[in-house]
Amino acid sequence: MFNPSLQLIKKEIRQKNFENILSTVTFFLFLPALVIIFMLFLKGYPALSWNFLTQDPIHGMTAGGIFPTIVGTFWLVIISVLVSCPLGVTAAIYLSEYATDNKMNRLIRLAILNLAGVPSIVHALFGLGAFVLFLKMGTSILAASFTLAVMNLPVIITSTLESLQAVPMSYREASWNVGASKLQTIRHIVLPNSIPGILTGVVFAVGRSAGETAAILFTGVAFYLPFLPQTVFDQCMSLSMHLFTISTQVVGVPDSYPFATALVLIMLILSVNSIAVGLRYYFRTRRKW
Amino acid sequence: MNRLILVILFLLLAACSKQSNILIIQNKGSDTLVNLAQAWAEEYKNINPNVALAVSGGGSGTGIAALINGTVDIANSSRAIKAEEREQAKKNTGKDVNEFIVGMDALAVFIHPSNPLSGLTLEETACIYGEGGHCTHWNQVRNTIVPGCKDNRIIRVSRQSNSGTYQYFREAILGKKRDLKLGSMDLSGSRESIDLVEKTPCAIGYSGMGYLNPRVKALCIQKSGDAPCIAPTVETAIDKSYPISRELYMYTSGDPSNEVKAYLDWTQSDRAHEITIKAGYVPAKKR
Amino acid sequence: MEMKVTQAPSVPMEWRRRKAKKHLSEKVIESMIKIGGFSSIIFIIAILFFILKEAFPFLIGAFDFKEFFSSTEWNPASVVKIKYGTLAILVGTIMVTALSMLIAVPLGIACAFFISEFCSPKLRETYKILIEFLAAIPSVVWGFIAIMMINPMIIELFNVPIGLNILNASLILALMSLPLIVSVGEDALRAVPESYREAAEAMGATKWEVATRVLLPAAKNGLMAAALLGVGRALGETMAVLMATGHAIQIPESVFEPGRTLTATIAAELGESPKGGEHYQALFAIGLMLFIISFIVNFSADYLIRGRRK
Repeated sequence: MFNPSLQLIKKEIRQKNFENILSTVTFFLFLPALVIIFMLFLKGYPALSWNFLTQDPIHGMTAGGIFPTIVGTFWLVIISVLVSCPLGVTAAIYLSEYATDNKMNRLIRLAILNLAGVPSIVHALFGLGAFVLFLKMGTSILAASFTLAVMNLPVIITSTLESLQAVPMSYREASWNVGASKLQTIRHIVLPNSIPGILTGVVFAVGRSAGETAAILFTGVAFYLPFLPQTVFDQCMSLSMHLFTISTQVVGVPDSYPFATALVLIMLILSVNSIAVGLRYYFRTRRKW
Repeated sequence: MNRLILVILFLLLAACSKQSNILIIQNKGSDTLVNLAQAWAEEYKNINPNVALAVSGGGSGTGIAALINGTVDIANSSRAIKAEEREQAKKNTGKDVNEFIVGMDALAVFIHPSNPLSGLTLEETACIYGEGGHCTHWNQVRNTIVPGCKDNRIIRVSRQSNSGTYQYFREAILGKKRDLKLGSMDLSGSRESIDLVEKTPCAIGYSGMGYLNPRVKALCIQKSGDAPCIAPTVETAIDKSYPISRELYMYTSGDPSNEVKAYLDWTQSDRAHEITIKAGYVPAKKR
Repeated sequence: MEMKVTQAPSVPMEWRRRKAKKHLSEKVIESMIKIGGFSSIIFIIAILFFILKEAFPFLIGAFDFKEFFSSTEWNPASVVKIKYGTLAILVGTIMVTALSMLIAVPLGIACAFFISEFCSPKLRETYKILIEFLAAIPSVVWGFIAIMMINPMIIELFNVPIGLNILNASLILALMSLPLIVSVGEDALRAVPESYREAAEAMGATKWEVATRVLLPAAKNGLMAAALLGVGRALGETMAVLMATGHAIQIPESVFEPGRTLTATIAAELGESPKGGEHYQALFAIGLMLFIISFIVNFSADYLIRGRRK
């Protein structure tokens, strides 16, 4: 039999220690997130009720519910996705199926990376300068959604691109061989097969827009509105902004209110993200290649 | 897939073209006034359901700027409009600016309850907050020792520099020719200021009187060393004996339209005054 | 969020070999696709253009290069002398970013090592989902957590007068940028060919030795890119730092002092500065500065990642 030498045993021990340290570190990195969600739940739960979700804020926002903020968040998210989704998907199609010029390709990828890295407050400045002032949309749902759409473009492009490129070349070749044009191939073969990836990207973008505050701060949200937005040219309230105002500005709000608002926001985003994760998992197990 | 897109587009168009028959009055400006304006807006919805007020904050400067650009119906301000702003508005919109005093507000200076101090003179306040003021530690102010405050340092809590509250506070304690010292914590709202002072023994802060709660201690203010020390209350704000009190304004561009006029008149009704007091402000004296 | 920069696919080349005739409608649609393809470049240029446009009158007017970069006094509402010095704010930004990266980079890379090299596939999936959840928590919620939970914790633990300070913001930023660092770092490690590991293990190296002597040098660029992207994230974060730093204009003497960042200054002051005014334009000038910094950071990260692929 082979007997390990002292040095080997030491090595073994070091190896084990190393692994243990890494696994503890990793575990503790995720602990705060879990603790935070738990605390939010603990402190926000007492204020959470059906009425909290379906009533208007009253008495100078110190009582009542958060209904208009939820409605506003939905407006913002839906319109921003309606704008960014077609744009992002075409951009990805171009990159994956059409772009031949490598320099241009590289420039576009660099632009996407930078667009993803631009600070959200700079996006807000852009939205203010371009949509609110230059295109004269005023502070409105439209301007805020457009700002969010530009912000989310990279998320949708990257996830779409990934799933377009995952469609095997043989699928395209088969389609071309029966005489389909390039566009027909994209429309009937490539896109249907990459819907899961596109959907995942869109759902992640939805989650991101729902939580964004800085970008909509100057472009479309109001402190308080006594009515629900009627058109896209109205302002709206938003969950994220509401959390900021009631936790920094409005005096006399019961302590549990901001916690409950934060909880609603987080639950909304986490459930949206769960849908994305679920979708990805579902389609991965059903993938045909 | 195509049909889905069509349906969505149709819905979007429908949403865009839907006409509302509610008249919307845009009401924007002062963060000090925003809570009151909002409470009024809420109540006014019951009185005249055909008129809705869209209230947003952003500060007095924003409100007046919007008035100058002609994008609001009513601008809220916690400071009087400047002469040059009046001129600019006249030039831009061709109409004179109308002023309405809708209420009064007193700025309370407050500290942590464990701080033994009970009052300050304006001069001492200036020594703490003013540029060039040498009061950096509590023992330099009436030899105060604050329990729970390590090294006795004063932590100044202030507001962002273009808020109406900041500018009025500066004017009230320093006059028009001196700045506040930099390095204070410039928080974004009254709630944050009060929450912070409540948790921080070393801190001192200021905010509208209406925002005070029992967990912070409001100081009485002396105009000078031998004057009586006056606490911020509704009465002392009305008779102006409290040194840091001010008018709150609403401005319209030109003569207000009937609906706006009706609303502004209503803000001086008894019911509105009740709301004013409940929100922590002081009703304007009957004109 | 994870940014994969992959090689150009061979689809266009394949297609080119089958010269096909195009209908007019196809041409129209394809040119629309092309415009869509350039949209990100268009937006980047548009962002730069509109920010420059708003900042321009300030840059040629009241802007004083020396004052802007070397004065610690940011006092746009002064009644004595209006000053636009960003030094204190710049130092605050750098302190917060550096401290958060000091915390997040080693931890994040350790975490990336664990997830990529030592985890069972099932555990890896779980962690990846957790990372996505952590990344999804919005900035304003982090800010709220900073005020309500970390603030009292810091006061308690370190016995300092104020809990809204550089340390608080750095902790929050570290937690916020970890998901990005971990996922990009993990990608970098996974990109090291399996044959490297096999060769090292065949020589009798333990996993520890493989990790430190083979993987670390091989994935060096990718890991550095991960750190850089983390820096970009921390620099650009707005709402959370606005709420956590204490927002004071001063050069902090220690991490327990409040400070202020560039992003938070814009967020706090833009709403109240009348459009077209000097203060408003100065804030756009800060925006321009942020844009340029983030561009440099992202460009370097991209360069590092591509360097690895070559």
